[in-house]
Amino acid sequence: MILLWNVPLVASDYYTFNQANHMSWFTNAMSSSIGKKVLMALTGLFLVTFLIVHLSGNLQLLLNDGGKAFNIYAKFMTTNPVIKATSYLLYATFIVHIVWALIITVGNKKARPTGYAVQPGNVSSTWSSKNMGLLGTIILVFLVIHLKQFWYEMHWGGIPTANYDGMEYNDLYAVVNVAFHELWYVVLYTISMMALMFHLNHGFKSAFQSLGANHPKYNPLIKGVGFIIAIVIPALFAAIPIIMYMK
Amino acid sequence: MKIKLKVWRQKNQQDKGGFKAYDVDDVSDDMSFLEMFDVLNEQLVKKNEDPIHFDHDCREGICGACSMYINGRPHGPEQTTTCQLHMRSFKDGDTITVEPWRAKAFPVIKDLVVDRGAFDRIIQSGGYVSVNTGGVPDANDIPIPKKIADHAFDSATCIGCGACVAACKNSSAMLFVSAKVSQLAMLPQGQVERKTRAENMVSQMDDEGFGSCSNTGACEAECPKGISLENIARLNREYLNAKVTSDNI
Repeated sequence: MILLWNVPLVASDYYTFNQANHMSWFTNAMSSSIGKKVLMALTGLFLVTFLIVHLSGNLQLLLNDGGKAFNIYAKFMTTNPVIKATSYLLYATFIVHIVWALIITVGNKKARPTGYAVQPGNVSSTWSSKNMGLLGTIILVFLVIHLKQFWYEMHWGGIPTANYDGMEYNDLYAVVNVAFHELWYVVLYTISMMALMFHLNHGFKSAFQSLGANHPKYNPLIKGVGFIIAIVIPALFAAIPIIMYMK
Repeated sequence: MKIKLKVWRQKNQQDKGGFKAYDVDDVSDDMSFLEMFDVLNEQLVKKNEDPIHFDHDCREGICGACSMYINGRPHGPEQTTTCQLHMRSFKDGDTITVEPWRAKAFPVIKDLVVDRGAFDRIIQSGGYVSVNTGGVPDANDIPIPKKIADHAFDSATCIGCGACVAACKNSSAMLFVSAKVSQLAMLPQGQVERKTRAENMVSQMDDEGFGSCSNTGACEAECPKGISLENIARLNREYLNAKVTSDNI
């Protein structure tokens, strides 16, 4: 029986495998150009689900209840143990998505040390598909400001409290309300959401391509859902500060 | 018609190189782009100047040798090879800039000639089927559905010209490699080495210094043979499946 293990069972065992190196098969796969893109796709799609959850929370800002629903929701999101655990996964996902984007970009730049004198413009590919790094950087800058303003304040800042039904809640609504009445922040928010729009427009369908999901039956669905996600999510996000600013 | 050319001149791999301007008069609409270069080169030879070096072979659009990056696009404004690009695609008095393919994996040998040996090494790493024994089988011995045969043939039409690498902002060779992996992955003859092939060819592609795929679709848009992005998705599937399930550790 032991001997049987040493006998090549299929002809492919005779075909030389060229990757003799110190890495495990998994590390090897993930550090390949395809593996890196798979990681970008998986983290990207996870971040899209986060956007949907985040948006559902934000829409409560528009309820005419002085922020009660939003504040209760904010407390739930910062105290529920399952959400808390997921949030650590989310932070890690953000970091991986950003760091891997840098690693991939550096590698891609190295692949063409001398550039062309004449650029093709956008005849053969869309602008957003070629500028995911730039769009991502705009989103990152926004993210840093955004986290400082709300996430940091909610967790460690001294923010006012509100009482609903005898329970004390952090009045995050008040903090948001102040920010959304500052013109520069509303403008920054809107520009960032436009960057997100272009980022998602390429990123969503690109993620499926990187994962190998390209099939005539499902391509229209992926394209359609991607388009809706890319337009509707950022548009609704941007509408909230604009509406609150004008109120 | 009269054409103004700006052509990349580079003596050898070590030379820094630079653009040189040429005027070509008496260009006919019916000339191919390469024939226009032939006319210019004859003039240069008569003047005892070094002719412009460029790759060409069949001049029928099937060999993929003629690599020229013309006005910001591989093989110029038409989706074909440079030999099948005709001067009627340009206007009298146009200035045309001609550059070599640009990629770390495709070093310039001289002028517009680049070394595409990286593609050969990728093929050597797994782009074939091993038939170690037996006589020649009957052509119709192995039934293959027409649709599959068509798809495999579509992938097999890749001529390895490198326009995908030249068009890609990352100098990625994914379209080439995916076409070569696909044509064999879809056919019964390719099954034996299917997984190892995907692993080896991707590994070789990365070692050669090609970039990764950003799914911009520029390669598909510029490919003279219309190789589709479906191939890249298939390569991603083949590679991931191979990495997870092959016997290679």
